[in-house]
Amino acid sequence: MNSRLHSALRMLPQYLSQHVLLSAAALALGIAVSLPLLIAARHSARVRWPVLAAASLIQTVPSIALLALFYPLLLGLSALTQRLFGWRFAALGFLPSLLALTLYSILPILRNGITAILNLDPAIMQAARGVGMTSRQRLLRVELPLAAPMLMAGVRTSAVWVIGTATLATPVGQTSLGNYIFTGLQMEDWIWVVFGCGVAVALALVTDQLLALIELGLARRRPVLAWLGVCVLLAGVATAAAVPLRAVQRGGYVVGAKNFSEQYILASLIAQRIRAAGHPVTERTGLGSSLAFQALAANELDVYVDYSGTLWNDVLHRNSTPSRAVMLRELTRTLRERYGVTLLGALGYENAYVLAMRPGEAKALGVRTIADLARVAPRLRLGADLEFFARPTWRDLRHRYGLHFRTLRQFEPTFMYSALMSREVDVIAAFSSDGRIAADHLVVLKDPLHVIPPYDAVILLAPRRAQDPVLRAALAPLIGAIPVGLMRRANYLVDRPHAKRSARQAAQWLARAIHLP
Amino acid sequence: MISLRAVTKTFGGGASYALQDVSFDVAAQTFVAVVGDSGSGKTTLLKTINRLIEPDTGEVFVAGEPARTSPAHSLRRHIGYVFQGIGLFPHMSIAENIGITPRLIGWPEPVIRARVEELIDLVSLPRAFLTRLPAELSGGQRQRVGIARALAARPGILLMDEPFGALDPVTRDALGAECRRLHETMRLTTVMVTHDILEAVLLADRIVVMRQGRIVADGEPHSLLTGHPDPAVSMLMDMPRRQAARVRALLEERAP
Repeated sequence: MNSRLHSALRMLPQYLSQHVLLSAAALALGIAVSLPLLIAARHSARVRWPVLAAASLIQTVPSIALLALFYPLLLGLSALTQRLFGWRFAALGFLPSLLALTLYSILPILRNGITAILNLDPAIMQAARGVGMTSRQRLLRVELPLAAPMLMAGVRTSAVWVIGTATLATPVGQTSLGNYIFTGLQMEDWIWVVFGCGVAVALALVTDQLLALIELGLARRRPVLAWLGVCVLLAGVATAAAVPLRAVQRGGYVVGAKNFSEQYILASLIAQRIRAAGHPVTERTGLGSSLAFQALAANELDVYVDYSGTLWNDVLHRNSTPSRAVMLRELTRTLRERYGVTLLGALGYENAYVLAMRPGEAKALGVRTIADLARVAPRLRLGADLEFFARPTWRDLRHRYGLHFRTLRQFEPTFMYSALMSREVDVIAAFSSDGRIAADHLVVLKDPLHVIPPYDAVILLAPRRAQDPVLRAALAPLIGAIPVGLMRRANYLVDRPHAKRSARQAAQWLARAIHLP
Repeated sequence: MISLRAVTKTFGGGASYALQDVSFDVAAQTFVAVVGDSGSGKTTLLKTINRLIEPDTGEVFVAGEPARTSPAHSLRRHIGYVFQGIGLFPHMSIAENIGITPRLIGWPEPVIRARVEELIDLVSLPRAFLTRLPAELSGGQRQRVGIARALAARPGILLMDEPFGALDPVTRDALGAECRRLHETMRLTTVMVTHDILEAVLLADRIVVMRQGRIVADGEPHSLLTGHPDPAVSMLMDMPRRQAARVRALLEERAP
């Protein structure tokens, strides 16, 4: 069997079970929230209008933004409960995903339910009053039973939405089938992407059909069918719940990774070191860039690798560009004082933004430095990742060198390199440790004015792990041990189009290359 | 048995009157027909009795008690209500439909079952229908079920709002006669709203004519048929006789 497919299958029990549990919980909570709203809103336009408007409004918020917004919100709440009651909850992972998906699931259930009840035959409602039913009896004996099939149709719509949207829970740290998609996208591993989509689609279809069975049972008044559907669904959820969770081993270490190949490899390397020391480890990969630091500061991650320039700009909100040593010293001090986060040390290489061009074009235009580039830039197109144009580095490059491009375009990093090679853009803001720079023989333009800050890869420890002897012992051999050449080669093992390796395999290769025991 | 005292009901925030200062008494075991044009207030009058409509001013008494004193739903459980829309519950069997009010009151199941069988016989439907759903019955059969449902909890009062309005003339005639029979055997006090003067004349002990929210005539069919000072009322009551005359003329024209 194809090794990528094999590695995808190996993750299936965990990803699928997590996806099922998250979706089921969100749908159940969505129904539990929608029904009381429906009952309150059904005969009162004054309640109905704002409730439906709010549900529709939520639906228009892009799902990934809704998921992302819940994290800082919960983090704030968690800090508050810590202060008030001395107890805090995990703001990363399950909870923000659950709440966002629950909000999403409400609208179809509510709208279908209200439509069904409002369209009940008025003669039937008059008869229900005429035979002497109380308001509650009308609801339970007439309105809900008659609205049930259409209500179930709403639940079906919700279920399909929730299962689809749950793939977006990966960036907020919740394992789901989205892990296949996000990881695959970063590593240009289309087998993983297609596999993740396929499983999500299959799950949605099966769930939809089982809910359709319940709907049919309700519509035809055949309780056996409805109960059959309910039992199979519950059995599926129970099976998912029975899959042992690697994520919640008590006392284990949580290793984080942002959403690109190098991060996956380093997380895997760190995890291997800790496991070798005899301790359980969970990897939380695919996290949003600034989310990872917040999660670490909140003790939801124990360790991950970040970059000095990123921390300098995004966490300390500094705009200056000091020397490498000054920046590291200042970061170590400020992160400790302000967040209790320990900067254990630099790995030895840098993953800075660099401007890169195709070799032929750079030569033809006579461009070797960014200053040279400024002359010809008005004729050229610049491609960058999703963050670059919002960073101070870009602002400084423009001002100091007087850079003006014909057009600016944003890409997922994977596609940025392809766009350069296929001549959709002429210059890219590449990453200095990326294996594709060497593989594609790209020309990296020099920065004579030293505008681009250093981006040393550094290991960060959570406040609760500041003095942890296991982590310090396991990670000490990594400090200063990884030269940029080896990191590039490890990255390329994962990113290259042929004979791809998994992040785990690349991490093993890297460990051997730097002579770790 | 039923009394309305100076009942007024306006719609549209007082813009138009449905009932204007109506007082009206129905003695026990009387069959009263309420007739009048559309919008004359006859349905509103009927619905104030079982509180499907609450009057703005005035008081309604049922069996000597002010209707307001008990909760509307418990009042309705003791007043049978039949209307043109029938309103059978489509998700319940015929037996469940007929037995609904006794079940709401909390009769024991065996008693409900016996009562349902008794009623299906009374409205002349086969017992095999009990397990069917309303959608499987014809319009006339459904209204028979509607009548059985209204009578299930042995109400003293039966209110009917255009009960046969949507039925074909033959079914309509037969059902009307059966209602009168049930009225007798169950010793009911019946108030029926109808458009049909002939139906009112043939079924009722007493006819009330309404116009623009007021009662304009009230009497036994015989006395109303033999003339009334209000020309519109006497025109209305004369309708069956004029129609009969035209039918007779038609028959005689063709006679050999």
